[in-house]
Amino acid sequence: MIDPVTLAVLKGRLEQIADEMDATLFRSAFNPIIAEAHDASHGIYDATTGKTLVQGKSGLPVFVGAMAFAVKAVIDKAAKDDDLADGDVYVFNDPYDGGTHLSDFKLVRPYYRNGALYCYLASVGHWHDVGGNVPGNYNPEATECFQEGMLIPPVKLFEAGNFRQDIVDIMQANSRQPISLYGDLNGQINALELGERRLTALLDEYGDGTVRQAFLELQSRAAQLMRMNIAELPDGTYCCDDWLDNDGIIDAPLKIALDLTISGETMTLDFSRSSPACAGPVNIALSTAVASVYVAIKHIFNDVPANSGVLDPIDIIIPDDTLLSVKAPKPVGGYTETILRLIDVVFGAMAKVAPERSNASAYGTINALSLAGYRRDGRRWVMFSFFGGGHGGHPAGDGLNHGNAPISTATIPPIEILESAYPMFFSKWALRPDSGGPGRHRGGLGAIYEIELLEENADVFLFGERGRYAPKGVVGGSEGALNQFSYQQDDGYHQPPMASKMVGIRIKKGQHLLLQTPGGGGYGASTERQPEAVLRDVRLGYVSRDAAQRDYGVVIDDNGTVDQARTTKLRATRTQ
Amino acid sequence: MNDQSKYVVGVDVGGTFTDVFFLDEKTGLCEVAKVPSTRPDQSLGFIEGIRTGVKDFSLLSTVVHGTTVGTNALLERKGAVTGIITTEGFRDVLEMRRRDRPTTWGLWGQFEPVVPRNMRLEVPERTLADGTIYTAVNPDDVKIAARQLLDAGAESVCVVFINAFANFTNENIAIKAVRDVWPNEHVVASTEILPEIREFERTSTATLNAYLQPPIGNYLQRLESALEEGGFNGQVLIVQSNGGVMSVDVARRLPVRTALSGPAAGVIASAYIASVAGFPNVITCDMGGTSFDVSLVADGVSALSAQTSIDFGMVVRTPMIEITTIGAGGGSIAWVDRGGLLQIGPESAGSEPGPVCYGLGNNRPTVTDANLVLGRINADRPIGGKLDRLDVAAAKVAIENHVGIPLKLGTLDAAEAIVRVANSRMAGAIRLVSIERGHNPNEFAAMPFGGGGALHAGALLKEVGLKSALVPRYPGVTSALGCTIADMRHDFVQTVNAMLDSMDIADLQSHMTEMAADGSKLLNDADVKFADLNTQFELDMSYVGQTHTVDVALPIKIQNGTLTVTRDIIHDAFVARYGQVYGRPLQGIAIRVLNLRVSVIGRRAKFDLELLAPKAGGTIASAQLGDRDVWVDGSWHVATLYQRLVLPIGAEIAGPALLEQPDTTIFIEPDLCGTVDKFGNLVITRSQET
Repeated sequence: MIDPVTLAVLKGRLEQIADEMDATLFRSAFNPIIAEAHDASHGIYDATTGKTLVQGKSGLPVFVGAMAFAVKAVIDKAAKDDDLADGDVYVFNDPYDGGTHLSDFKLVRPYYRNGALYCYLASVGHWHDVGGNVPGNYNPEATECFQEGMLIPPVKLFEAGNFRQDIVDIMQANSRQPISLYGDLNGQINALELGERRLTALLDEYGDGTVRQAFLELQSRAAQLMRMNIAELPDGTYCCDDWLDNDGIIDAPLKIALDLTISGETMTLDFSRSSPACAGPVNIALSTAVASVYVAIKHIFNDVPANSGVLDPIDIIIPDDTLLSVKAPKPVGGYTETILRLIDVVFGAMAKVAPERSNASAYGTINALSLAGYRRDGRRWVMFSFFGGGHGGHPAGDGLNHGNAPISTATIPPIEILESAYPMFFSKWALRPDSGGPGRHRGGLGAIYEIELLEENADVFLFGERGRYAPKGVVGGSEGALNQFSYQQDDGYHQPPMASKMVGIRIKKGQHLLLQTPGGGGYGASTERQPEAVLRDVRLGYVSRDAAQRDYGVVIDDNGTVDQARTTKLRATRTQ
Repeated sequence: MNDQSKYVVGVDVGGTFTDVFFLDEKTGLCEVAKVPSTRPDQSLGFIEGIRTGVKDFSLLSTVVHGTTVGTNALLERKGAVTGIITTEGFRDVLEMRRRDRPTTWGLWGQFEPVVPRNMRLEVPERTLADGTIYTAVNPDDVKIAARQLLDAGAESVCVVFINAFANFTNENIAIKAVRDVWPNEHVVASTEILPEIREFERTSTATLNAYLQPPIGNYLQRLESALEEGGFNGQVLIVQSNGGVMSVDVARRLPVRTALSGPAAGVIASAYIASVAGFPNVITCDMGGTSFDVSLVADGVSALSAQTSIDFGMVVRTPMIEITTIGAGGGSIAWVDRGGLLQIGPESAGSEPGPVCYGLGNNRPTVTDANLVLGRINADRPIGGKLDRLDVAAAKVAIENHVGIPLKLGTLDAAEAIVRVANSRMAGAIRLVSIERGHNPNEFAAMPFGGGGALHAGALLKEVGLKSALVPRYPGVTSALGCTIADMRHDFVQTVNAMLDSMDIADLQSHMTEMAADGSKLLNDADVKFADLNTQFELDMSYVGQTHTVDVALPIKIQNGTLTVTRDIIHDAFVARYGQVYGRPLQGIAIRVLNLRVSVIGRRAKFDLELLAPKAGGTIASAQLGDRDVWVDGSWHVATLYQRLVLPIGAEIAGPALLEQPDTTIFIEPDLCGTVDKFGNLVITRSQET
């Protein structure tokens, strides 16, 4: 068996290889979704199962789980064709086998050592445009994946080291951004080559057998650690249901339901009560669902290492007929909204079994907003960004104001960069008072973004959620505010019929868009919040005086101090 | 300058000790002093440290200071009560950050901005990205806001308007209005600090500057008064995060530039010592109680980064020596996690209570405890002089209980495991700044400074594949020494944001001339003698559509106060630099110029490092102190013990050996060998290569 010291050393060395692959792609990528938002990931995967052995720390969290499926898809394809060779690199974006959505292109490279397959290296990155009906590929009206973009199954981009330009030609011909595509593809190839060099150096130094043992040992320790974590939780079944507003096609809510069972050292997550597959693009593939369970578990048990061992003691039940396990050609472009909800129900159920480890729901929607038009000189412009919201209250304190989504580590572009690039400007970019879910620990605040158009006209697209079902509180905490979007027309402000989803509404110069994003849910009963903490929230303008009384039972008098007597009385009526 | 003045003094105030380096300008002789740092008022230790060397302050010509007062005020949120006046609709920019979170995994992050929401006021005004004034500012609105902040107890204030980088007009009008009513000088305009695009980074930097002005100003005032009371009438200079020095007046105005003042001085000294010793490529390693800091010096020049985060959400955007920090210092605690993996840090015992062997109450083993048990530290001669001896037995018990038993290792094997894992983490940090940035480690030497690094330098050399390790003669006072040799440097930035093909080159040229003139004036006003003056011009450029820019140095010289720049010069410089960074330049895509950066550098005279060299007459035999058993690779070895400072030039010491000196211990591992060079540095290499 490998000695514990070498194991600790190798763990750091292996993680550094994956981290360096991430950094290489971030620096050289042409498209800001990878370069700035870090919508990419790299790792090392098992030669026979495709399971995640090592994953970089800086890549997109949701890919950590999804990539194992992508590598397995390549393993199955190579087995079927029986032609895997040293120097091959597969490329594909099939979301049904490889997870997530069509924008994410995966490159998978078998790594050979002395003529034998040793492991796989893989890279995934979100490309700028992969065809389909809508530039940027967020199409809320898609009913088939063919409206969302090109679909490439696993094919050899390199055949025993020979680059297949024809494959690249096909992909470039199907994109509105062929140069960006070519740049990102090259960045991913570079990252894989770098990973191969670094891994070879490590194997030369420590020996193939020792490193293989380290892989096995790291998996089994992650599994062991996870078992210990689960064993500490009381046995039982804990349920949590939450809803998506609609699928963008039919305005009916969709249920994401979880029955979480703890039994000794194992945990079962049963999503059988969830809604069936839907017409619009908020379906997800099974691989995506499993990957998002992994994200939720890693957020709660963040001491376990990032490898597939974490999921060993966890059973996931997702029947084929739910919206969480669809097959081609069901549309999956809005997968972010569904996995955010799936993560929310895991938090919600975990809060019932382990309130000291869990947090309330975060804002729970990506709010992909784009604004597109033509300039006076005829040039086309497309502004596209995701927006932030509040994080959930948690055992240690209030939720973070204006954070990024739990599935991502992306930052938002600066106001001044957006304004210098596009003919629009923000008339407001602020925290949204009263949006944090009331609780002993308040949910973090969402934001208010208001945009005014400077060009003659533009078309607006939005892909968001939480317009009808607010982020939930836990342990007695209350809901955060709903997502609210409105757009100005000649006769005043309107809201999209699908709440937070709309396609191609035209606005004119001087007209405004107003996006108000949800805050996080609260943690613990709001009547348990210290009146002084509520007073501070009122002084800082996080909570209005009315809301302090309504939501917290704290009465603040005209001098700006807590009216202790009325507060005590009011709270007494609330807790009865 | 007073005829009697003859000392240049460098003072580095660290968390535990205040180090002072005295250079006698007439004789060229050097002295060092080390006194305990004083908190909360660092100026007491500062004055005490100087007094141990020179009683009569009228003999001091220049005092150069590396300070952590700014860093501590930021980390501990102990700056002034500060207000912000900003564009209507945008008062939350400071708090909303760039929509990030502190950790990838776990959603329990929190953030407390240094200026609370009720101290951030808005006034109607708006400039668009192209510089158009969309709404003019009314100075009366600004005055009302300023008075409101004063009433609420603000001592300093920052005015920051959206897109002010593109047109200063509204911000200038507002800042004048604030100054009309503000009772002190602590009024900061964002464009005075950082006229650069990106509102959050500009807001954060300018706000932190306002937040630091009162405490840094007061501190510098106390220093100057105390020095003057002692008869001082020379120059005080402050080390900036970029490794250059500035005058006290500039430091009072731009205190945010001291955010990394302390560590920067050490890197500057290391770069100089190493270059003179024939090692232009080094990786400096500063091992303290809680952290290990590395920084890369290539061709004698320190790597700079454009911005850094002092803490989550606390962004300072000004050029800084690029320092990578990991939580693995001498006080870092070794523990076995629930999955059975040996971990080092990030929790640290610090210097209070410190390692187990200090006997001050900590019972969890640290890296220092492991070094002690392995025989690498002398239990009877603790560094720093606070303790009489170290408790080896207690360290052994702690290692056995917390690491040995869980991992089923003997105590010595467990101690060695702690050192090995700590070394591998430090090696990871070195790989990060070298291999990952495209540098070949074969061409670099590790240069430890501070108290702890020299014990680990040999292991790091082997683990990363470095050429050698270079231990300076006085590792413990490197930062103080660095203060005395740092150049004066000022950096300026202005956002341009124009297409290369269509931009107004004459306008750029006049900007460059103006910024260079402003810089020269700052240098001249400082009343410091310079060996020469140098101005560097750089543009941040990219192809249109890219978000990351490359830094393009322009090959332009100032002659008689004028300079000439052309579109071709810029284009060629960009294409060359782009090729260097990314490979092939791209065809047919327009080129964008985002920012203009100008640096003015006044080179200060350097002293002759041979002055630090061992005195003639010492011999290896006279330096020898006996021997001590050290545990290496699973067995005991007999290491020869030397007084490092007595070893003569040219001495060759084969490992295993321990070299002791007041501020550090050097460990030469069994397969390594050390040589004393003519400056008194110790060069450690692999034995077969010497």
